[in-house]
Amino acid sequence: MRNLIVGLTLTAIFVLAALVSFLWTPYDVTVLEIANKLKPPTFSHWFGTDHFGRDIFSMIMVGARTSIAVAVVAVGIGMGLGVPLGLAAAARKGSFLDEVIMRGNDLIFAFPSLLIAILITAIFGPSAVNAIIAIGIFNIPVFARLTRGAAMSLWTHDYILAARVAGKGATRISVEHILPNVANLLIVQGTIQFSLGILAEAALSYVGLGAQPPTPSWGRMLADAQTLIALAPHVALFPGFAILFTVLGLNLAGDGIRDLLDPKLRVQR
Amino acid sequence: MTRWILGTVAATALLTGTAFAKTDVTIGLQLEPPHLDPTSAAAGAIDQVLYSNVFEGLMRFAADGSVVNGLAKDWSISEDGKTYTFTLHSDVKFHDGTDLEASDVVFSLDRARAEDSVNAQKALFDNIETVEAEDNLTVKVTLTAPQGNFLFNMAWGDAVIVAPESIDDIKVKPVGTGAFMFNDWKQGDSITLVRNQGYWGDAPKLEEATFKFISEPTAAFAAMMAEDVDAFYSYPAPENLAQFEADPRFTVLAGNTEGETILAMNNKQAPFDNILVRQAVSHAIDRQSVIDGAMFGYGTPIGSHFAPHNPAYVDLTGNSEFNPEKAKALLAEAGLANGFKTTLKLPPPSYARRGGEIIAAQLRAVGIETEISNLEWAQWLEQAFRGKDFGLTIVSHTEPMDIGIYARPDYYFQYDNPKLQKLVADLDVEVDATKRTDMLQSAQMIISADYVNGYLFQLALTSVVNAKLQGLWPDAPTQAIDLTGVSWSE
Amino acid sequence: MISLIVASLVIFACIEVIPGDPASFMLGINAQPDTVAALREELGLNASLSVRYLSWVTGMLSGDFGTSYTYRTPVAEIIAERLWLSLPLALIALGLTVFIAFPIGILAATKRGSWTDMSVMGATQLGIAVPNFWFAMLMVLLFAINLRWFSAGGFPGWDNPFAALKALTLPSIALALPQASILARVMRSALLDTLSEDYIRTCRAKGLTRRQALWRHALRNAMIPVLTIIGLQFSFLLAGAIIIENVFYLPGLGRLVFQAISQRDLIMVESVVFLLVFAVIIVNFAVDLAYAWVDPRLRARV
Repeated sequence: MRNLIVGLTLTAIFVLAALVSFLWTPYDVTVLEIANKLKPPTFSHWFGTDHFGRDIFSMIMVGARTSIAVAVVAVGIGMGLGVPLGLAAAARKGSFLDEVIMRGNDLIFAFPSLLIAILITAIFGPSAVNAIIAIGIFNIPVFARLTRGAAMSLWTHDYILAARVAGKGATRISVEHILPNVANLLIVQGTIQFSLGILAEAALSYVGLGAQPPTPSWGRMLADAQTLIALAPHVALFPGFAILFTVLGLNLAGDGIRDLLDPKLRVQR
Repeated sequence: MTRWILGTVAATALLTGTAFAKTDVTIGLQLEPPHLDPTSAAAGAIDQVLYSNVFEGLMRFAADGSVVNGLAKDWSISEDGKTYTFTLHSDVKFHDGTDLEASDVVFSLDRARAEDSVNAQKALFDNIETVEAEDNLTVKVTLTAPQGNFLFNMAWGDAVIVAPESIDDIKVKPVGTGAFMFNDWKQGDSITLVRNQGYWGDAPKLEEATFKFISEPTAAFAAMMAEDVDAFYSYPAPENLAQFEADPRFTVLAGNTEGETILAMNNKQAPFDNILVRQAVSHAIDRQSVIDGAMFGYGTPIGSHFAPHNPAYVDLTGNSEFNPEKAKALLAEAGLANGFKTTLKLPPPSYARRGGEIIAAQLRAVGIETEISNLEWAQWLEQAFRGKDFGLTIVSHTEPMDIGIYARPDYYFQYDNPKLQKLVADLDVEVDATKRTDMLQSAQMIISADYVNGYLFQLALTSVVNAKLQGLWPDAPTQAIDLTGVSWSE
Repeated sequence: MISLIVASLVIFACIEVIPGDPASFMLGINAQPDTVAALREELGLNASLSVRYLSWVTGMLSGDFGTSYTYRTPVAEIIAERLWLSLPLALIALGLTVFIAFPIGILAATKRGSWTDMSVMGATQLGIAVPNFWFAMLMVLLFAINLRWFSAGGFPGWDNPFAALKALTLPSIALALPQASILARVMRSALLDTLSEDYIRTCRAKGLTRRQALWRHALRNAMIPVLTIIGLQFSFLLAGAIIIENVFYLPGLGRLVFQAISQRDLIMVESVVFLLVFAVIIVNFAVDLAYAWVDPRLRARV
């Protein structure tokens, strides 16, 4: 329970920061003040300024937007494609379709993900959208496997049998009976993939393949800061902590939700 | 027992002795050469490692950029300016022990200008009609027309002399005539050169030199700070230089390069086909804050496509002084009072990436919105350079004396001005130095008055060097790290 | 086998559509068009796609991966050289992962619900959340620049094994930290799962202490999920060290392929990616074999 509270609080802080940034940030992140560069944290600039004299606190607020947007859409892609595939595979267990889907999953899993993400951006050019696609693709097999596994055990239940006897088709059963029952699992996995997405976005931006300037992004802030780390450590510390705490928050929230939804596990703790 | 003690003492003395007179050096470089043939690739890293260390040409660049004799002991030009006769030094041997002969020069030049040549600067040899060996040590080069900068061309790294005996393996085992021999290449890590004992010229002081390839700026900083490398040539992160300068262990060499850094505009793409718009862009840019913000103060403002350290330089920065109000007025005059949107494509170096962010902000201030895309070199070459699919891009033109590119209407910024084209054509055949200077100055003025591109700054060469290491070239008249004069003090 | 063929097709298709021409990249901005054409011919880039695909695949079958466009040496030689760094790095990092994760996981499981459990598990949460390149940057700052205990990066080669190991220390720690955190968590929950199984209760009923039951019976049975994760982690470490290799400028496979992509050394990229995929498939097979070793019931299935 404590996990859940801490996790949700941390997550809420960053979501809130992202939302508020649409309306207000302490400073305009598109205005550069070169004369004011690399100032350490003060009362007027809580987290100091970066190499262009921009306010790091404001940049982190706007960067949260980028990270969250990329991760959410990437998870959306993974769920949107992975869950139907998993449901279909489970409904036709052992069929050719199932075989193709599962082999396809294995294949995607076998590819080194970061490398493929780099390749994708090499093909289509670097942008937030391509980062989303690159991260999203690797979310598909995660959700497909999870859904298939959970759905297969559900298919053996009596009430499904009853529904089949009642003449419902496989698609209808999958949507009406299976999906609601795997939803919990999907939410938990979704939170975890969400946090992994944020880390992946940071890594891609760090190598220069994520959102393009002037859109602030935590990963690119770290990339820009890396040579300044000995000169002005605050430039590298704050974006790093932002990533750390967001991911931590999401993981804790994910654990908390799982415990909440799965009483069996809760007893164990 | 006594003997043993004496022996130890002697050995210790010997050890400290060698440590005292250090004869090896490790130099950090950001880019690794793809292979080791300077005559078949554009990669600057190849010349940085090999030029004048391993390979030598007929002529060579000296530290100040002047062209002096290399393998050629002497040369003469015929009356009509079309025939150059080179006499070679007589005691030159390639590292594999074979003698340098006139036939090697014929081979090298013919190879570079052949039909199937893959020389990245083939244009250097375009004007050559024939290359003949008069005798063992004399080479006669006949040109199709007199050429003012033929000797200059022969000093380039792409014109070094190679031997037919060793050409097949040149990409992995380069064999030249230089003061250092190629020793070992740990791919992805380092290249080691050792002293050539039989060198024909003055023997270098160093016994061994290692080039270590460190592409990440952070890693470069750490390697320098940890003294893993003795020098970092063209240090990639200017923001750290102040720190190195303050540290007594290091000195920072700030020198000139031939790199004119420009905000290139696509002269055939609307609205940049309108000179008013180009002028507006030029006035919207605050060069000094680009230099301060992107290069942390290192760099000299330029107002045309010409290096300030060249005697023929004219300061034309006044033509495009920073004046956002004027920029807005010019845009209004061009019928773009509400500004416009364009693309800004940026290759990897930090002058482009950082400079691009600053310039985007400055252009935004006068109403020009830019969509930035950070590209790898290969993508940049494909899209911007060859595909001409860009509005604005930032790039540093590092070839020496390259104002001639403005006479090529199909060059990526697509500037087409017959007057300049004629001037450059005349310049090519002009041999008289004073007239050449005049012509070079008019060329600078023409392109500046046409606001072909936004001229930002001359790229500075900033190298971080161990305070005890001396003799490295501060400037980069060409891509070279000449080690022949490098030594340790004390 | 089929997956390998599909993989090779997918890799080839993906990589060949990357915009950017290796020849014009190598010759730079002053090259003349006929020079570029000559180089394309020399590199064999003018052959049709299907011809190039077939020659690549048939070459690989006989162990010939072709010649790198940029380095102009056989791809197989370069890869082999880089493997001498990447493989030991992955193994050391994996060893470190196991070495850290097992005790922590077991400790947390035995003291379930205690302060120790909670603080150790809290630490693993942090370990998972830290971006490893950031962690690596901070380690370089502390250990290489300030304390100067380690060099900031680079690799001296195996001629001097001690120096080589020293050079791999920081990178393997940076790689191992998040992996160890994950593995410790898996270890703990796998142990807890098995501890709640009936046969453990039987053991306890027979008079074994909780600790004895854990060491004698639960541990072995908890190994299945743990092995699965270790298998995944090994393949991840082999391919996923790109960023860490960049931070420490190590000449490994990751940086090789990263550079090859930007230089459009397509044949190199294709071969390395294919090898990595191949390695993952082999590792998965090895993990299956390991299952059989820990759980005889699964033997029939392999």
